[in-house]
Parts: sequence; structure tokens; C-alpha cells
Amino acid sequence: MITVNGNQVEWHEGMTIRNILQVMNYSFRMLVIKVDGKLVKKDAYDQTTVPDGAEVHVIHLISGG
Amino acid sequence: MWRNSTVGIAGAGGLGSNIAINLCRAGVGKLIIADFDHIVPNNLNRQQYYHDQIGMLKVEALRSNLLRIGGLSQIQINSSKVSPDNLAQIFSEASIMLEAFDRNEEKAMLLENWSELYPDRYYIGASGLAGVGGNETITTRRFGNVFIIGDGSSELTPGISPVAARVALVAAMQANLALELLLLNDLSYCSGFFPININTRNHR
Repeated sequence: MITVNGNQVEWHEGMTIRNILQVMNYSFRMLVIKVDGKLVKKDAYDQTTVPDGAEVHVIHLISGG
Repeated sequence: MWRNSTVGIAGAGGLGSNIAINLCRAGVGKLIIADFDHIVPNNLNRQQYYHDQIGMLKVEALRSNLLRIGGLSQIQINSSKVSPDNLAQIFSEASIMLEAFDRNEEKAMLLENWSELYPDRYYIGASGLAGVGGNETITTRRFGNVFIIGDGSSELTPGISPVAARVALVAAMQANLALELLLLNDLSYCSGFFPININTRNHR
């Protein structure tokens, strides 16, 4: 299992950031993603795998201020 | 207490001007405020400026308005565009970063770079504040040291600005959380090398 924004999510070997976004149905345009506190850049979502037990933060940013 | 604390405010528009006024009235020791923009007429629907300040640099006008409050906060302004290259130089003293940008690309740039530079310091951002109403939808979400305030969903309609009440609501929640964190954590150490002097603090 991993934790994504506080939700328990089933983990599998080789699970990437892209997989997590699909599982969570996150289709937001502007994201900042951290895995166990470490930033994952946008161009690395497809290659970056997360370990079992990881804590993933997907932060969605919307214009306006 | 927060009289010896320093906080950073990135952006002096609708969020930043309201955050600064709240923290200044609360007497936070030092506010570092950065924005490169000038005041234009359509800023006045939500930003804490006045008609006779149109054309001024926002940070100049904001400092002037904050000094008129007559509080004890030291106000340090910077009219550079905040970027990964100058972030540390502008905000190194700040124990908390308050993100007050308009565009989501800038919000992402700030969050990514602040988290890399200062993973142990707090960050309070805003996301989702367009429109009116929906008081009950505005929440604070926490991701480690990062807090994001807003409804998390309302996108801007092209050509339509955010509205004063909802922007001010989110800004006040950002300021309120910053004060809570300062109080709970005693973050005065970050500004320890700039002792506040009651005779000089308003003259920068």
C-alpha cells in the first residue's frame, strides 16, 4: 500500500507517478508532486517509480490571486 | 511571539496585499514582500490599493499603505520578479513563505523551488479562489510543511478577475495560519540576526 494525499492506495511493483495519477483519476493541469518529501519533476512522471509504503503528495495549483 | 519573526510574501496583488495588511496589523516583526508589477485600474476590484496609486509599483504602494497603519512591522520590499535564481537572496530570512501569486505556473515554480531550498520551512499557498460564495468549500490542506488554502477546484474564467471578498477570505486564512505557526513553533530564530529595533523598524 502507498498513501496518496492521505488515501490508502494499492501498490504494485514498478508503479509510476503516471500510474498513480490514473488510479486516482487526477487530471489536473498544474501539479507539484512529492514522494516521501522529494520533488518529482513533471517530465519524470512516466519513469519515476514509487516504493511500497511511500507517502505521495499531489498538490493541485489553480490560477488566481 | 511573532514580533521577532520574519515572513516572506511572494506577490503583492489580491492575496499579497491582504496578507501583508493582516500580518502588519498583528505586528509580525518583519515582512519581506516581492512583486515586480505596477498598479493598473482593474487591480482595484480586489487589491488593497487606491485610485491615486495607479501606476505605482505595487510594493512601493503597499509599503506606503502599511506604514500608514503605523504598526511595528519592519517592511522590506523587492521589485524583482521572483525566480529560482533570486529566491534565496530575497527570502533567506523568512521562516514562512506565503505564496500570493496569480498564475499557476508561478505558484508551481515557487513551491518547487522553496521546497528544494528550505524543506524544513513552512509554505502557505493558495489554490482555487475564483468567483463568489462557497464559503464552506474553502479549506486548508496539509502536505508535510506545505499548506494549500482554497477550494481546490474553481478555475478562473478567462477575462474575469477574482473578486475581492473571496480573495480576501483566502488571504486572511493564509495570514491566520502563518500567525498560528509562528505562535506554536516560535520561528523567531530565522530573523535572529536582524534584531527588531523600535526606532528604526519603519524606516527601511
